[in-house]
This record gives sequence, C-alpha cells and structure tokens, in this order.
Amino acid sequence: MDRIPILKMGDLLLVTIQVDMHDRLAMSLQDDLTDKIVSGKARGVLIDISALDMVDSFIGRMLANIASMSRILDAETVVVGMRPAVAITLVELGLSLRGVRTALNVDQGMTLLRSFGAEG
Amino acid sequence: MTRIPQILKQHESELLEEWIAAQKGAVGPKSSLKRDGELREQAHSFLNLLQQATQPGNVTNTESAEWQPVRGFLSEFSSERARQGYSPTETATFVFSLKQPLFQRLQSEFPSDPAGSAEETWAATRMLDQLGLFVTEVYQKSREEVIIRQQQEMIEISTPVIQLWAGVLALPLIGTLDSNRTQVVMETLLQRIVDTGSAIAIIDITGVPTVDTMVAQHLMKTVAAARLMGADCLISGIRPQIAQTMVHLGVALGDITTKASLADAFAAALKKKRLMVVDERV
Repeated sequence: MDRIPILKMGDLLLVTIQVDMHDRLAMSLQDDLTDKIVSGKARGVLIDISALDMVDSFIGRMLANIASMSRILDAETVVVGMRPAVAITLVELGLSLRGVRTALNVDQGMTLLRSFGAEG
Repeated sequence: MTRIPQILKQHESELLEEWIAAQKGAVGPKSSLKRDGELREQAHSFLNLLQQATQPGNVTNTESAEWQPVRGFLSEFSSERARQGYSPTETATFVFSLKQPLFQRLQSEFPSDPAGSAEETWAATRMLDQLGLFVTEVYQKSREEVIIRQQQEMIEISTPVIQLWAGVLALPLIGTLDSNRTQVVMETLLQRIVDTGSAIAIIDITGVPTVDTMVAQHLMKTVAAARLMGADCLISGIRPQIAQTMVHLGVALGDITTKASLADAFAAALKKKRLMVVDERV
C-alpha cells in the first residue's frame, strides 16, 4: 500500500503531499505521523500541500485533526503552500481550518516553527 | 410580381440623391452626420445590396437567405454608429428616410393604378420597417456590449493590489462590494500573495460607501482564504460613521485586526515584521 513519506529534519517532521489523498491514505498518514512525533521527539510538523489542486472537506478535516493530535503531543503543525483556488474553495465550503497554522511556503513555515521552538 | 427591384435599378442615382437629401433634412443641419463622401458611399452600397436582395421578388420577408448581405451590411453599419456615438434616431433614420423618395417613385410608376401603387407602397413600408427595426436592435445590442465591457474593465481596474514593502501588500477597495466583485478581489489578492510571497496584506475600505452584513461577510471570506494560504490580513480605513453603523447593525468582523487608517495598518505590519521607521534627524 502507498504511504506518504515523512522526512525528519532535526526536531521537525516534513510531509509533502503530492498525490490525491483518499481516505485510507489519510488514515495511514495520521497513524505514521503520530508515531513519528512520539518516537522522534518532534516539536514541529510541516505539511506541504502546494501540489494539491483540490482539498475537500475530508482532507480539510484531516489536516485539522492532525494539527490537534500533534498539539496534544506537544508539536506545532504548519500547513504550507495552499493554492489560491484551494483556499477559495475551502472558504466557500465554510472550512476555515481553525487551529491550523499556515504559511506561504516551506521557507516561511520553517521560520514560523523555529520561532515557536525559540519561545517554547 | 413586385416592381420594387426594377424601380431601384432604373432610378438608382435619383433615389440616391433624394435619399441623401432626406437624411440631411431629417436629422437637422446641426447633426453629427459624418462627411458627405462616407455617407454617400454607405447609401450607395446599401441601395445596391437592397436591389440585389429584392431581385428574386421577395420584399416582405427580410429574414430569408437572400437578405443576408443586406442584414450583414446594416449590422456592421449600426454597430459602427453606436460606437461612434450616434443617437438611435440618427441611426434608424438612415433606413427610414429612404421611404419618401421610394414612395414617390412608386406613385409615379403607377399613374393610372392606385390599387397597385398602394400594394407596392405597403410592401415597401413593410420591408423598410423591418430593416429599420433591425438597425435599432443591432444598435442597442452594440451599446449593451459597450456597457458590459466597461463594467468588466471597471471591476478589473478597481482592484489594484499594491506592494507597500517587501512582504506587505495593500488592496485599496473602492465602490460597493458584491459577491461578483468579492470573487475578483479574492482571486487577485490571493494570486498576488503567492506571486510576491507576502505574509501580510492590508485591505483598505476607505472607498467602500457602506459596510453591511453582506459586505462584512465577503471581507471575512477574503481574510479567511488569505489566512489559509498563510498570509495575515489587516482591515483599515474604517470611517467613524461606518464603525457606528456596523455596531448598530450588529456586524462583527470576528477576530480580524482592524485599524482606523492605512498608515496605522502599515505601521502594524512593519511592527509584525520587526521593522522600524526611524527619523534620521534625531
């Protein structure tokens, strides 16, 4: 079965979603990510969705869930690279992903996560 | 068998002269009619086309295939005049003023047959009326096209996204926000955010006349979409009366940062970026 690779960089985890997400893939990502956060003592998670043309309510909820789960495990989540069309669709669907931090690109996302690390 | 095509052919030059004279008379000396030569050319080619179209004997149904060249000419003529700013009357007069000279010819053609003359006149009236109405219709359509184009241009030019600083965008909104415009505003802003990699955008609503629940909702949508992409939005330019109306109407902007003026918002943006403006003299 396909799995989405999770890269570890220091105390950060980097996830790049490049394929269309389906339910099972999303569930396995949640499992893998929570495992990695615990085993790798990660303090931050960066999810890059710049390759996704479409984010439906399911994936939106999944992103929010991942953010909540990692917060419980004391890691901040930043979603980066959302396309304008995707953002507009999510807003029209009424999903504003409260509780999920966002950044324009991986660079700014890293900066954001590091600033949390400095404060915490 | 109608004799209109024959008359058109035989008396072409007299008809042309009288018709042009009638056009000048009908719209008055101070009209904006174009140069003599151009009008003459148009009138001449119209008479030619009319003559060809009537040749098969069908003068009352201008929808049919043999009238296609005439209709083509008239629609081009009409939309050109609409663009040049002629009035509908002036445009339609081009066709209607042909009636008088044509009717005179028809009458003199049937000196001893009033019934035949009346029949031919009736056929000619129907023909010219149809053409005249067609001209007016095309005229109106081309004016509507002009209006639609202007509306689109207005929407486009009314949503400039300006870069105030590296990473700080400003969007001065002018005019009422409806859902159509919000869509354009949102798309332009988000695209510019991606293009410039700006993490802060200031939406200035100084030029928005009223802020009701709908407008507030549109603003919140735009801010939410920008936030999803990772950019923070500030709203500035809220006039005192607008602030009062918003509270009276119970309009809430949620947790969006609002500032009174664009300058305040810019200062806040710089602070967020940990930048400072320093007075050199001190």
